[in-house]
Amino acid sequence: MGLNFISSILFATVVAGTPLIIVALGELVTEKAGVLNLGAEGTMSVGAVAAFAVAHHTGNPFLGILAGMGAGIFMSLLFGISALTLMANQVASGLALSIFGVGLSAFIGKPYESVALASVEPIRIPLLHKIPVFGPALFEQQGLVYFSWVLIVLVAWFLYRTKAGLVLRAVGESPVSAHSIGYGVVKIRYQAVLFGGAMAGIGGAFMSVFYTPMWVEGMVAGRGWIALSLVVFATWRPARVMIGAYLFGGCMIAQMFVQGSGVRISIPAQFLSAMPYAATVLVLVLISRNRSTIRLNSPASLGQTFLPDA
Amino acid sequence: MKTRNLALATLAGAVLFSTALTAAEPVKVGFIYVSPVGDAGWTYQHDLGRKQMEAALKGQVTTKFIENVPEGADAERIIRQMAQDGNQIIFTTSFGYMNPTEKVSKTFPKVTFFHATGYKSGANMGIYNARFYEGRYLNGVIAGKMSKTNVAGYVAAFPIPEVVMGINAFARGMKSVNPKAEVRVIWVNSWFDPGKEREAAMTLIAQGADMITHHTDSTAVVQAAEEKHKEKGTWAFSYHSDMAKYGPTAQLSGTTHVWGEFYIRTIKEVLDKKWKGTNVWGGMKEGMIQLAPMSKSVPADLQKQIVKLEGEIKTGKLHPFAGPVVDQEGKERVAKGKNMSDSDMNAMNYYVQGVASAFPKN
Repeated sequence: MGLNFISSILFATVVAGTPLIIVALGELVTEKAGVLNLGAEGTMSVGAVAAFAVAHHTGNPFLGILAGMGAGIFMSLLFGISALTLMANQVASGLALSIFGVGLSAFIGKPYESVALASVEPIRIPLLHKIPVFGPALFEQQGLVYFSWVLIVLVAWFLYRTKAGLVLRAVGESPVSAHSIGYGVVKIRYQAVLFGGAMAGIGGAFMSVFYTPMWVEGMVAGRGWIALSLVVFATWRPARVMIGAYLFGGCMIAQMFVQGSGVRISIPAQFLSAMPYAATVLVLVLISRNRSTIRLNSPASLGQTFLPDA
Repeated sequence: MKTRNLALATLAGAVLFSTALTAAEPVKVGFIYVSPVGDAGWTYQHDLGRKQMEAALKGQVTTKFIENVPEGADAERIIRQMAQDGNQIIFTTSFGYMNPTEKVSKTFPKVTFFHATGYKSGANMGIYNARFYEGRYLNGVIAGKMSKTNVAGYVAAFPIPEVVMGINAFARGMKSVNPKAEVRVIWVNSWFDPGKEREAAMTLIAQGADMITHHTDSTAVVQAAEEKHKEKGTWAFSYHSDMAKYGPTAQLSGTTHVWGEFYIRTIKEVLDKKWKGTNVWGGMKEGMIQLAPMSKSVPADLQKQIVKLEGEIKTGKLHPFAGPVVDQEGKERVAKGKNMSDSDMNAMNYYVQGVASAFPKN
């Protein structure tokens, strides 16, 4: 296997992992505030179609990203009204949002199914992209790939190094205590939910405008659910989310390279397809197997509704 | 006397009225699709067929379809619902609908059912399918002639005989004109996942394939080839639908399903009460499989050769699986001078010579 291969595998791994990272980090912040929003799949779908439509009409992929983000915020606002204001069950609200979002995206997207979008030129980082092997793989990527890296650092810094992050985590641990010392639990949870929605929308935009520049119903194909489970298996740690997402992407790409090499290794195709899931779960379970860290990291009030005056 | 006359008159009137009603009332024909109709792909082709049939039998039929019906328990409920709603002819267009269709057909003996791609039929259940492999073989010939790297990449959904048959036919077509040709296969284990399909295509292109085709349901593979065409000289063959609009430069040809004529013919048989069961496996001869128009990048003499071979397939002179058919391990599956039987084709679970990848064991 030549260096070119390694470079292509790395490149494709990063691309495949990027939407997962962005969506999972958004969900991580939401869950850290104690809210379980299972609507990622639907939010991504609506984000994807909105981004595609705007990118198509304006010819500007950046506006597409903004549209995806806006659509994601709108979707999560629906979730917020249902789960935070009306205090409906979070699991049910999130599932409903997913089903609704997938359907809504199909409905909005009908006129765009036959439209092709020009692929967007990658952004080359000066100097860095000249590094052999790693340069072309890591530093000739789409803007959102770099965004995902910045996001990891930002989310980690926000949660563990800022007061606002501390408050957000407190809300997720014990909303009653946070409320009793004067923090607006519902307001903070709203912000976290909207952030999660915005990221899911951007993740969707990445799918439809950059990853496969097209819109078809069902194109998110379960990535929202994968992102959700990544958060849990990464025990709510941003860096582990990244490891999980790249591991997942990497296994998927690597198994394709094995298949496409034309070398005769007889492994059941179903096994190869299941491998990314199995490997990711296995590795994340192994690195997060310490029970007390799981308990430390998992938000204690996750999924519970909070009644401010109770 | 008077009352009896009146009664007779009313009766006659009622009979007249009801016959007039049945003559005027078109027959309801229902279709069940596994995916959304969309803009290209398996279901899209069936829907084109439905529209063509509806236009041709205007006044005689009305049609209705339900899209995106998952295979499994839900399918049975929806097929049953369709029969209860008064649809007299029902087409179920995915392999996984076979058992539910058979089950429902037994409870509705007056309704005629048709199932695509399956093997179970009954008194009121016909089956139909298309000989995709004929188009694949010709696509393979073009690929074999035009490939510079001698490597073709094939993005495939699931290792079932229908898909394997297409891969083998493509490989045989390619090999028939290019002894150095090899076909590499990536299984994505999904009929529809544009992201994965695209990754698979990109992987094959990165590993030297300059001819790309797919047996999945989106246009992602053709689009990937279009994107890489300038840099790598990648060409594509579409499947199910003509995808030239997604690969205006890269698409050389493709294998296209055409169901309309079949639907018209079959429904006429049922309407005329001449239907005696259907077990149709139609190919180029029946017009159920067509080549997507060859692009101008295919050299004129090659185009001529393909047209000639197409004629030979139609007359039966050329069979993509004419012996000797030798599998990857060197075992002879069909002896020289014979053609592979339909049942053997439908049970194909090995690769022929020319496919480089290993067959996925189950």
